[in-house]
Amino acid sequence: MLNAAADKRWHGRFALALLLAPALLWLGSLIILPHADLAVLSFRERVGPRQYSASLAQYKTFFTEPLYWHVFLRTAVMSVIATFMTLLLAFPIAWIIAKLARGRAGSLLFIICLIPFWVSETVRTLGWMILLRESGVLPALLVKLGLTDVPVELLYRDATIMVGLVYTSLLFMVVPLVSSLESLDNSLIEAAYDLGAGGLSILRSIVIPHAAPGITAGCIVVFMLTLGNYLTPTLLGGKNSQWFTEQIYTQFITRFNWEQGAAFGFLLLGLSTALVMVGLRLSGQRFGDVMRRT
Amino acid sequence: MSTPDLVADSVVKRFADHVAVDSLSFSVKRGSFFSILGPSGCGKTTLLRMIAGFIAPDSGDIAIGGKSMRDVAPNRRPVNMVFQQLALFPMMSVGENVAFGLARRGMPKAERLKRSNAMLERVSLGGAADKRVDELSGGQRQRVAIARSLVLEPTLLLLDEPLGALDLKLREHMKIELKQLQAAFGTTFVYITHDQSEALVLSDHVGVMSHGRFEQLGTPQDLYYRPQTPFVAGFVGANNRIVGRATGTDGAILEVTTADGWVVRALKSGSIAAGDAVEVFVRPEVAILARNAATLPPDQPHHSGQVQSVLFDGANSAVLLQEERTRREFRIALPQTGQFSDLKPQEKVAFSFDPARAVCFAARAGAAGTDA
Repeated sequence: MLNAAADKRWHGRFALALLLAPALLWLGSLIILPHADLAVLSFRERVGPRQYSASLAQYKTFFTEPLYWHVFLRTAVMSVIATFMTLLLAFPIAWIIAKLARGRAGSLLFIICLIPFWVSETVRTLGWMILLRESGVLPALLVKLGLTDVPVELLYRDATIMVGLVYTSLLFMVVPLVSSLESLDNSLIEAAYDLGAGGLSILRSIVIPHAAPGITAGCIVVFMLTLGNYLTPTLLGGKNSQWFTEQIYTQFITRFNWEQGAAFGFLLLGLSTALVMVGLRLSGQRFGDVMRRT
Repeated sequence: MSTPDLVADSVVKRFADHVAVDSLSFSVKRGSFFSILGPSGCGKTTLLRMIAGFIAPDSGDIAIGGKSMRDVAPNRRPVNMVFQQLALFPMMSVGENVAFGLARRGMPKAERLKRSNAMLERVSLGGAADKRVDELSGGQRQRVAIARSLVLEPTLLLLDEPLGALDLKLREHMKIELKQLQAAFGTTFVYITHDQSEALVLSDHVGVMSHGRFEQLGTPQDLYYRPQTPFVAGFVGANNRIVGRATGTDGAILEVTTADGWVVRALKSGSIAAGDAVEVFVRPEVAILARNAATLPPDQPHHSGQVQSVLFDGANSAVLLQEERTRREFRIALPQTGQFSDLKPQEKVAFSFDPARAVCFAARAGAAGTDA
């Protein structure tokens, strides 16, 4: 009797372990192992051919070379702005999908948001280039409308990078927002309206507090995607993009300085973690609650 | 006489192909408790939402406190609503919920706090201001929802089946509490419900609604004792319904014969000619039960039947009979004397009822020949 029960419990644990195995394997071999190796790399310095010693030199370089931390800060600020703009743009879209569109219209709108993501990010970004480059569609249109005398180069500007980043991130903001707005009981909005609140006041005191976990979740996802984006800033910003992931790429691939690249990688990880924590603290959200909503 | 707090004047609302509210006019006296009673889909929710301002009538006008509410948004009306699911704000404390409307009026925080606390005190929730909404019981939440509205001192308080979500025991308790609250505050309440017992217990006046119209508007006693339409007779309170044809008259009393030959007598309501299809309604408590027909009142027509089942429910106990010849079901309330406590199924009994207390209507279209 007792044996059978123990057996059963053992079976249960075995099944759980089996179910978790792929995830643990993935986490261990693709995330933890490489990062452990990178951590080791970042804390050493080449002192001679095939000779390395432990040192903080890689991190020191980052702080002493203005270009590096300048790019680092620029990436952080641009990512925060891109996240905020994505939120501003995604909120009305999510509101329409969750509250105003009924039945099939809602799903249709959702699919319209989703369709661009069937195309690879590279192709989508190249599409932007076709539209915005000097000989592209939009500058030609501006000339035709008489707004500019000669075609303007619209690529390689910060605003262009921003447009690309927001466009790439939109869906990842819309999805958590829609799910959190859908769970908002319409009668709460009506009750607030009935008690004398106007539109803005309802948004501030009812809608945003209710959707806060969804807003935070969307912001975290978009911020991390933006901060770690390589393709969009490089293609749309060209040499002017000065995105931190480019610096990492350069260190690893062009300069073959893996130690420096690894240190940059960890700095970026530290930056995203720190900013997410600050964001959570500022919005008064708990990480666990937020993750359950995504 | 003061102006009524609510006046509806030929209010119409159509949705696509059906008329939800059909040219309705009524008024509600200041300080009274008015209920709109009707089955689901009768248009009562639409009517309430028009009063609150969430939907606009297609034609007609609604005046509150003597002022037309045309083009007045819900947040500008002197009306507050208690929602069916209460719609308390879960992101706020109890105190913040009650103070919400005051804050929207730009009242300073200290004054807001004073008023909301005083209001909570009045609904016996003093000290609950800092609690979260989900820490309260169903009845307490109900009181918060009412307090949240009443603190704004509205001309009208609208209540949209607020007791529907509560369990039976609490519902009975809240009925009494609602009535006491209304009496204490003196605010005009407009209450919608599909539960006739809620409407009868709570209201000063009830409008019985069906298919977008009021079938009858009157005091609970009027509706119960003097129903004017077969719908009201069938909907308000329990009633035995007997369908047949008018076969004779004796002054105001009509003789009705069912298709299978049972003859009953009832008071005529409206004009009915001999041979017309009619519906007779007899309240269970109007009929008198006897084991021996000789003990029945001699001036009433006697009927005989067989006990089908005894429905014991304390003071509301009843017996379900089958009329002897036609096997039609007939329900009689058991007297509280206990003389029938040993009644058994299959037992043969006699019964009678005063024809003057039974009512007979011309049958509604499509209702003839069918049994309740």
